[in-house]
Amino acid sequence: MRPLVENFPFFCIFLAIVAGILSATLCHGRVAYGLTLASNAVIAVLSAYTLGYVCTTGESFVYTMGRFTAPFGNAIRCGPLQAMMALVFTLVMATSLIGGQRDLFHDVARSRQPFYFTMVDLLEASLLALVYTDDVFTGYVFIEISTIAACALVMAKDTGPNLIATVRYLFMSLLGSGLFLIGLTILNSITGYLLMPPLAQAVAALWESGSYLVPLTVSVGLIVAGLGIKSAMFPFHMWLPDAHGGATTTSSAILSGLVLKGYIMLMMTMMVRVFSMDLMEELGVTDVMLAFGLLGMIFGSLGALREYHIKRMLAYSSVAQIGYIFMGLGVGSTEGVVASCFHVLVHACCKPLLFLCAGRLSAVSGHHRSLKNLRGSAYRDLVAGLGFTVGALSMIGIPLLGGFVSKLYFANASLLTNKTAVVLLTIALSTVLNALYYIPALLGIWVKPAPEETAIVVADATAEELAFDRSFTAAALVLMAAIFVLGIFYHPITDVIELGVRHF
Amino acid sequence: MLETILQDRFAVTAVILFGIGFMNLMLQQDLLKKVVGFNIMDSAVFLLLASLGYIEGHTAPIVEEGAVNASLYINPIPSGLVLTGIVVSVSITAFSLALIQRIYRRYGTIQLRELLEKAKKEED
Repeated sequence: MRPLVENFPFFCIFLAIVAGILSATLCHGRVAYGLTLASNAVIAVLSAYTLGYVCTTGESFVYTMGRFTAPFGNAIRCGPLQAMMALVFTLVMATSLIGGQRDLFHDVARSRQPFYFTMVDLLEASLLALVYTDDVFTGYVFIEISTIAACALVMAKDTGPNLIATVRYLFMSLLGSGLFLIGLTILNSITGYLLMPPLAQAVAALWESGSYLVPLTVSVGLIVAGLGIKSAMFPFHMWLPDAHGGATTTSSAILSGLVLKGYIMLMMTMMVRVFSMDLMEELGVTDVMLAFGLLGMIFGSLGALREYHIKRMLAYSSVAQIGYIFMGLGVGSTEGVVASCFHVLVHACCKPLLFLCAGRLSAVSGHHRSLKNLRGSAYRDLVAGLGFTVGALSMIGIPLLGGFVSKLYFANASLLTNKTAVVLLTIALSTVLNALYYIPALLGIWVKPAPEETAIVVADATAEELAFDRSFTAAALVLMAAIFVLGIFYHPITDVIELGVRHF
Repeated sequence: MLETILQDRFAVTAVILFGIGFMNLMLQQDLLKKVVGFNIMDSAVFLLLASLGYIEGHTAPIVEEGAVNASLYINPIPSGLVLTGIVVSVSITAFSLALIQRIYRRYGTIQLRELLEKAKKEED
């Protein structure tokens, strides 16, 4: 008889799906919103409990669906890393929903609000499934579910440019999932398995015997490329700025902070659990990832430098941050994977904070989005200004903030390899570039313009929007605290990650 | 050479179809043609999957009452995957068609290049 807690990962996924279905039947957006928050809260509690359990046992467990044992059934595998990711993703999701609440009910038409929350719930379910799954085909199905849900979140605002951004996002995603699917098919045809543990054994056996090397290489390449397209790996990031920059605040926060991470987690699982890092290194996949990661760090920042639209600037910055994660994976060592996982957490807290604050700053400036019109806006909502500052400084990598620790870990990971010089130099260059666009933005929001200029901008904002936003303030404070925790008390967290990577 | 192609005729066809679909999805300017490209791509994968699970001379894996003889049946797992894949592909197609319809109502065109120009103008 397995302990009850081992059922929790499955309960979480199931609960999110049920909440999604229920939301679709409700007719009031507010009720659906409450339901979504409640389900997120329950999932967070269950995930925290699971995390506590796997940290005390120090091992991962496998939960088989129904009574079908491997290799026939479908399974969930949960270790410390998975449980922690699930917990953080759920909390960030709930915080984004709370923080962007006002914008959300302003931007999304009343009749469609319940469906918006349906999509949020399904996204939550697919994120959890991508983190937990031990079956590659389940991974594929949830990739597609999250694609549809994410596209729906982008188009929820329903303006023209938004629809076009959605359609571009959709087709790019389809390209990615198509590549992933055929990679999976080829892998299945040479190994005969879909569950990860037997698949890993079969891959190792193939590699040892040297048979079917070409199909194996092709399938690894297709799977990595497919997931790379979906997680906006450079040079497949063209769809991201419009999709993430144009959506309503909550959507941007969720998409940039979480959805990309779901695919990255699946990719890590495939790399570590199925193919093993040694094989990835032998095939040269890690070198390609390192190159793309480094290029993404530079070109993402260069793209952000050119932007005057605050949310699109943040979206480009996501491309750069995703580059960091791929760089960590590309280093090819366990330390690199640990650093990447930590950066996933940092970025999952930082980017939603930045998007929420940017949304709030533009709300108090009459929904103007260009940096020019946001001048001095920090004084109209101090918490938003502070939040944006904390987020931006963390992105640059100032000590005591989360971003600094992840850069430290990336640098440390590179020391043990022969790629030290290129990694360190690119981190330095990317830090300078980050500073080059975040500091002007910070100066912009904190320096007071002439009163008459402010008057023009504020004239577009209604009194309701200028009023104190309690839910936003709470969410921003929580995320700021999280960034400080990640930057100061990071040892327990990295210990859990290291334990998790050992028992991937 | 010819013999191997004949032997792997399903795989070869699937790869060609996948290429056609992929290029259509990437390069077409017409959104509707992109959706068609996506469908061709998915069908290619389904063809490949179905052919991988097929064993010459065996029948569909429907177990009747009584003795179960595994050697009579084809491999059921790829067939299951094809079914799941079809469900996914149908829902994605429905979603994208609805989206394209909405775009057409707003802009009166479904050529991607024109749409991008119009969107840029709208934003300025």
